[in-house]
Amino acid sequence: MPVLALTNTMRCFTQLCVLVAAMIVNGSVNHAHGTDIKRQHAHIAVASNFIKPMTLLAQDFENKSGHTLTISYASSGKIYAQIIHGAPFDVFLSADQEKPKQLAEKQLIHSNFHITYAIGKLVLWSNTVGHESPIERLQSNQYSKLALANPKFAPYGQAAVAVLDKLAIKEKSRPKWVLGESISQAYQFVASGNAEIGFIAKSQLPKQGAFSTIDQTLHPAIRQDAVLLKRAMNNKSAMAFFEYLQSNDAKKIIQSFDYDTE
Amino acid sequence: MFLSDSDIDAIILTLKLASTVTFILLLLCTPLAYWLARTQSWLKAPVSALVAMPLILPPTVIGFYLLIAMGPNGPIGELSQSLGIGLLPFSFWGLVLGSLFYSLPFVVQPIQNAIEAIGTKPIEAAATLHSTPLSTFIYIVLPLAKPGFLSAAVLGFAHTVGEFGIVLMIGGNIPKETKVVSIQIYDNVEALNYTGAHTLSAVMLIFSLLVLLSLYTLQQQSKSAIFSVGR
Repeated sequence: MPVLALTNTMRCFTQLCVLVAAMIVNGSVNHAHGTDIKRQHAHIAVASNFIKPMTLLAQDFENKSGHTLTISYASSGKIYAQIIHGAPFDVFLSADQEKPKQLAEKQLIHSNFHITYAIGKLVLWSNTVGHESPIERLQSNQYSKLALANPKFAPYGQAAVAVLDKLAIKEKSRPKWVLGESISQAYQFVASGNAEIGFIAKSQLPKQGAFSTIDQTLHPAIRQDAVLLKRAMNNKSAMAFFEYLQSNDAKKIIQSFDYDTE
Repeated sequence: MFLSDSDIDAIILTLKLASTVTFILLLLCTPLAYWLARTQSWLKAPVSALVAMPLILPPTVIGFYLLIAMGPNGPIGELSQSLGIGLLPFSFWGLVLGSLFYSLPFVVQPIQNAIEAIGTKPIEAAATLHSTPLSTFIYIVLPLAKPGFLSAAVLGFAHTVGEFGIVLMIGGNIPKETKVVSIQIYDNVEALNYTGAHTLSAVMLIFSLLVLLSLYTLQQQSKSAIFSVGR
């Protein structure tokens, strides 16, 4: 037994040595070819409401192109703040048009690489199924809290307020508003039952509950823009991804999450 | 640097929240800290662990669970509805409840430490002089542990002022009700209104510095006091 235990230990030790050696060699190789590897790699900053489609897009892109991506998710406002303070992002998929526009004004992007990659759809959702549809509940004032994304900076929130304005219930409903910092939080408020109805993105719509589709003529289009940062002009991976984003393959994936594309 | 009306509203609300929470916490934590400082019970470890939980849990976790617990199907929500209060999220008192959890260890621990530092001698001496437990507490423990109470009050207040993650989760951003200073700053940053964010952030920065300065001054003064009287 002791001998067996000893040989086992030794085997483990040998394996460990091999592993460490491999890591060291690998590391030095990576280091030596660092510049080459860098060119095959892009850092993408993505608005957090686009996590699900982006995961599929990245997989599909990496499989087809051989390029690799690092993806950071945050709210568009935070990514914007990080970019103007020198964050190392190559491509930025914003949840709105405002931040890309401001980056353009600051001349941090190339005007040829500025596209609308998705157009969001707004729905009014309730976690419970009642006699009336969510939009009827809204109009007949049969709710105590209405969840929406903060219209001060979230495009879905601005669209929701435009809808309330068109329906002439903006001021009447205002005391019942609860604002999420993002459309995901508006969703959370309704999902946890703390608000009876809420404006969410159609891309988030779960199977349970009831929803009313909002006529897209009632609000300005929720256009989500992507830009290529100037620092990425020589980055093949970033360029390839930006091109891929406009391909039919990418559009199909984006549409499968209930967004429109151009 | 000028504060807007909504900035002022946010500051007033934040001060109101922090004072309410500090007041309630001092009332709740004094017996709890006294018990923790003096008990030999096996419950001491689990209770201490529960009290310290908010120190390690990310505020978003606490906020997320509170949102569910205070919702119509959660235990707190069912209780508050049956009491006729309605649902707590998106209300001032919902924030108070959340902050009570969040700032609990910051109030319990200084008081507990101060009471432990007194030791058993003064309390036993009082008992031999036929002092009742209550008068021992009022005339012996309270004066000797005063620096601990002051630290607890300052820390509880300041920590509630600095609260963000929980309010973001259960607040709903309602002006004069749940829109506290940290949320107002966050909104300004998200809306790219950096000037507004700067102004309020500067106010917070100065506030935090003053609080910590007063706290450390207090501690420096109290150290000698405890040792000369308590031991």
